[in-house]
Amino acid sequence: MDIKHHLTDDVLVEYSAGTLPEAFSLVVATHISMCPTCRARMEEFDALGGTVVEEMDAMPMSDGSFEATMKRIANQPKDAIKMDAPTKRGLFPKPLQDYVGGDLDAVKWRPVGMGVKQAILKTSKDASVRLLYIPTGSAMPDHSHNGMEMTLVLQGAFEDEADHFGAGDVELADEDLNHTPVAVGPLDCICLAASDAPLKFNSLLPKVMQPFFRI
Amino acid sequence: MDGQARFQETGASLRSMGYGLGNSTRIWKHKGPTLETTTLARKEWVAEMDRIKSHRDQSAFAELFAHFAPRVKAFLMKGGTSEALAEEVTQEVMATLWTKAEMFDPARASVATWIFTIARNRKIDVIRKQRRPEPEELTWGPEAEPDQADVLSQQEEQEQLARALDKLPEKQRDLVMRAYYGDLSHSEIAAQTGLPLGTIKSRIRLALERLRHAMDTP
Repeated sequence: MDIKHHLTDDVLVEYSAGTLPEAFSLVVATHISMCPTCRARMEEFDALGGTVVEEMDAMPMSDGSFEATMKRIANQPKDAIKMDAPTKRGLFPKPLQDYVGGDLDAVKWRPVGMGVKQAILKTSKDASVRLLYIPTGSAMPDHSHNGMEMTLVLQGAFEDEADHFGAGDVELADEDLNHTPVAVGPLDCICLAASDAPLKFNSLLPKVMQPFFRI
Repeated sequence: MDGQARFQETGASLRSMGYGLGNSTRIWKHKGPTLETTTLARKEWVAEMDRIKSHRDQSAFAELFAHFAPRVKAFLMKGGTSEALAEEVTQEVMATLWTKAEMFDPARASVATWIFTIARNRKIDVIRKQRRPEPEELTWGPEAEPDQADVLSQQEEQEQLARALDKLPEKQRDLVMRAYYGDLSHSEIAAQTGLPLGTIKSRIRLALERLRHAMDTP
């Protein structure tokens, strides 16, 4: 896969530190599953986390904590050690399949008009993430952002005022970017998009519909 | 492009990259282990992990516990966790180290890094009460022994990173440490310090640039 748009250092540090909201972490984990470059960078940022732990001034453990830990080990249920069953290869990498409950055919799409469909995935409430299905040639409603939005292309491609994004590419948008993505190319475009604020639509109708569709 | 083809392509490109052996995508590029740094190496803990893996050696575990548990506890408390909860989570982290010892691959991470990722994941689970989406595991087929050059390279990298972190200006070092304590997102750090989010992000970027530079010039 020819990935041109990667994750930024800021995002990777927050993912490695574990401070990114779950919705964004899902986009990051899905991109990393598709992108050897960002996987290597993530491992380097994890190494920085390891260094931070190594550099800590020791805080003494309570009396008997080693014995308490050995007791925890003895009491651990056997299935805690079990590894996950391998995921069937499909369009979605494993972290995304875990949230969808399967591959593309398991997605519960809801139409949002103009042939565009979406499926909101359940995560913690500090941000939201959804799958978007945009027929090729169709545009997403014109919108700008209150916060940060991260969009990963899973299939097909889209273009906006900023650039062209193909499969595996990730776009980061903040409040400065007012864009109208259009799906391009032979395939319909399927994206995974996280945002930390509801999108602001610039035309009346979608704004009225916003509470119903939670976009 | 269908999904199957995509994954095969990804797998092929990974193998051709010679992953883990100084490929060009690593950001903390370093010159690889030299004789001096190797012999000066601080205790790297890989041998203790091996003893746990192969013999369920409790004395090796006790050594790892004595070194890492107080650091993990301090790390969790820096992130705003109470001492009682930090103690409990640290015990769970160390128990996981024992139980999942087979999964530790010294060619891919140092022991400190592996423990950091376990602690981070426990923290997200227990303290933030969120799920942690993890990237798909790469399958490399059966490998008898980790490549010793990769193992050394991981430990060397950890030491160089520690030296580079110590050399950062105090404000930048502090910001990097705080970003990893994990109590605050970058925007929360911004709110707490009264600095604009852009300033926080650019300081972290600057700090990372300096770290990279330090890793480039031994």
